[in-house]
Amino acid sequence: MNIPLPVFVAIPLIAAFFLPILSGLGRKAKSFATLLANLATISLLVLAVLALGRSEDIQVYEIGKWSIPIGINMVLDGLSSLLLLAIGVVSTAAMLFSTRYMEQYTAKPKYLSLFMLMVAGMNGVVLSGDLFNLYVFLEIASIASYALVGFGCNNEELEAAFKYMVLGTIASVFVLFGIGLVYGNTGTLNMAYASKAINTVGLNPGLAFALALFVAGFGLKAALVPFHAWLPDAHPSAPAPISAMLSGVLIKTLGVYALTRMVFCIFGVSVTIGWLLVVLGLVSMVVGAFLAFGQWDFKRLLAYSSISQVGYVVLGLGLGATLLAQGHAAWASLAILGGLFHLVNHAVYKSLLFLTSGSVQMSTGTRQLKQMGGLAEKLPFTRTTCTIASASIAGIPPFSGFWSKLILVVAAVGAGLYWIAAIIVFVSLCTLIMYLKVQRYAFLGELPENLQQIKEHRGSMLVAMVLLAVLCSFMGLLVLVPYLRATVLTPAVDVLTDGLLYAVNVIGK
Amino acid sequence: MAANSSPSNGAKGMTVIVKTISSWVKMLIFLFGIYIIITGHLTPGGGFAGGVIIAGSYVLLMLAFGREFVEENLPLRWASRFDCIGALLFALVAVLGLILGGSFFVNWLFRQQILPSKALELVSAGTIPLSNIFIGIKVGASLFLIILVLSMFRPAHLRGEKE
Amino acid sequence: MAYAWCFLLFMTGLYCAVVKKNMVKIVLGIIIMEYAVNIFLIMLGYRIGGVAPIVGKGELAGIDKVTSAFVNNCVDPLPQALVLTSIVISLGSLALMIALCIRTYERYGTFDITEIRRLRG
Repeated sequence: MNIPLPVFVAIPLIAAFFLPILSGLGRKAKSFATLLANLATISLLVLAVLALGRSEDIQVYEIGKWSIPIGINMVLDGLSSLLLLAIGVVSTAAMLFSTRYMEQYTAKPKYLSLFMLMVAGMNGVVLSGDLFNLYVFLEIASIASYALVGFGCNNEELEAAFKYMVLGTIASVFVLFGIGLVYGNTGTLNMAYASKAINTVGLNPGLAFALALFVAGFGLKAALVPFHAWLPDAHPSAPAPISAMLSGVLIKTLGVYALTRMVFCIFGVSVTIGWLLVVLGLVSMVVGAFLAFGQWDFKRLLAYSSISQVGYVVLGLGLGATLLAQGHAAWASLAILGGLFHLVNHAVYKSLLFLTSGSVQMSTGTRQLKQMGGLAEKLPFTRTTCTIASASIAGIPPFSGFWSKLILVVAAVGAGLYWIAAIIVFVSLCTLIMYLKVQRYAFLGELPENLQQIKEHRGSMLVAMVLLAVLCSFMGLLVLVPYLRATVLTPAVDVLTDGLLYAVNVIGK
Repeated sequence: MAANSSPSNGAKGMTVIVKTISSWVKMLIFLFGIYIIITGHLTPGGGFAGGVIIAGSYVLLMLAFGREFVEENLPLRWASRFDCIGALLFALVAVLGLILGGSFFVNWLFRQQILPSKALELVSAGTIPLSNIFIGIKVGASLFLIILVLSMFRPAHLRGEKE
Repeated sequence: MAYAWCFLLFMTGLYCAVVKKNMVKIVLGIIIMEYAVNIFLIMLGYRIGGVAPIVGKGELAGIDKVTSAFVNNCVDPLPQALVLTSIVISLGSLALMIALCIRTYERYGTFDITEIRRLRG
């Protein structure tokens, strides 16, 4: 079924501007606003699932019926629909969770509005077929996320938001500069035409500089290691559902997706850029994992672990780029499959972990692991879902994380890079230890005196967590069942392995 | 801040000269903003520029007469609603394009010749002036809101000293 | 040459945003960066002796066509549209940044980021 693509942006945008109107109209209007927001995210999820069953491989939508080199277009291909699905799942869960969780805060309609703006921006980034529109949507999503990080207006939150905002804005300026350079060198902003032009003239110094700016800008957004300083502050400071959104999908759509699209589909892969991504990924993996060890703040630990896990994704994609440039297409597609599958997995289990941390924080009032203990009996559902997510992120066999890491290891071994495989396994071990620590200090052991009276918050929060936990347990089926793999993952992998065919596909339609 | 610099009998705002002049000028600025908005499809300018000018007229009032005066004229809540309504109407134009023209942002008024569309006339170009007007409402209201809200902050320790 | 100046301005802004300790100066540095990029975009579309890309009565040839002399003389309008959009975006982010600065000042009574250090790097 073919869906008019701007719907993915229009629904959350209209919701974002409609919800604040309800804010001044009393209590009933507020719960109505929450209901509407939930409906919006659920409908986006349904649309994303429907988009998987579209009739063609690539769907091009020309806005206002202006044909492409002149007008703006939106493109839905395998990679976009994979990301749309991830955004749909995570935002639905986060919105369900915040129905109950955000009652601690005032100004809930504003929160809902910003949340919707963020979703609109992310969907826009994923669908945009035009460089400048990508920048605009990126800014919409980022500005909404800056505001959401500072939503609590406490000292730490303001400080984290300012830090995030400064680095994020610098990243956006880099991206805009890069877009300017691409426009100056190719004379077009349309991704497909830019790709065609770049590959006829070759990579001149201006374009190489633009590529470097894109790597720095999107790397900052993705929090790859030399650029990671903002993430461990920003992600824990946000309210838990927002942390789930930020770690789960925002850094991936704004950072990894955009970078991948630039490298694979517009500039074309080369060995240099492939190795650059591999090195960035490896460094992020190792450094993120080591820094996460020393953390005693639950959410901060999760944030550092996000850096490490994004490293896996970038490593997979970079390995794919390298192998593609060297001509080993089969192993390359395996590495890319691993990277993309890990991206989706990480979106699900890291958002689940952040939601459980929010549940723990709401019940106990603290994020410090040392002040917790023995929560297993008080918070049984939170404990179960958290254990599933931890098992998944650590790569214990039946859960989803195992499969993506296995694919990455197999791809690395197949390419003859045994040391990369060794590092993947080693970091996976570190992750296991890290999450054992969480389990040990938060859920096992003695229950402290002051936490005897706590109780679990049920209702919609529980629904969100169980939903994600079920997904976590059965996501392995996405690679194991051929039909699911062929509808969800293979089209996305094909987009990247075909790389420059993107231009031909878009223009040809 | 301007609100406290008045020398005379405790009234808010600046001196009489500033107040009189700005009460003359405010309407001109406001009208100029509207002019920029509605001729946005013919000359440089448009929704954003015109909206900024409209917000400017309110900011002038705020500087001259003090914040409370402006808040009585255009309460925060209404400004915020104008902001949302402008954006919603703009979205409506886009969605009507989908319904009536088959694609988002289709200029359905222009394509189907509902309105006269001779180049360089005020009523022309289909939905573009409409979009300009809605953007103008949105930008004017939101910029006014931004400046009003920013001027409301007062550091806690400074607040103590002044009062 | 003009591009080099533009790049210098960009670097000045980046230096200011990264090195300075005062929050307001950091914000100013970011604004300088944004303006450097805006100027860069405007210069991309510039041509020496070009006219502004505004269609008036004189430039029209027929109902919906402009004269070819106009097309050959006017500067590229697309970067100007981009700059307009990017100014709007930077206005939004500037407003949010200033609001954050003010709120932080309200809490700490200072703009110096070396004194505002609840969070460890």
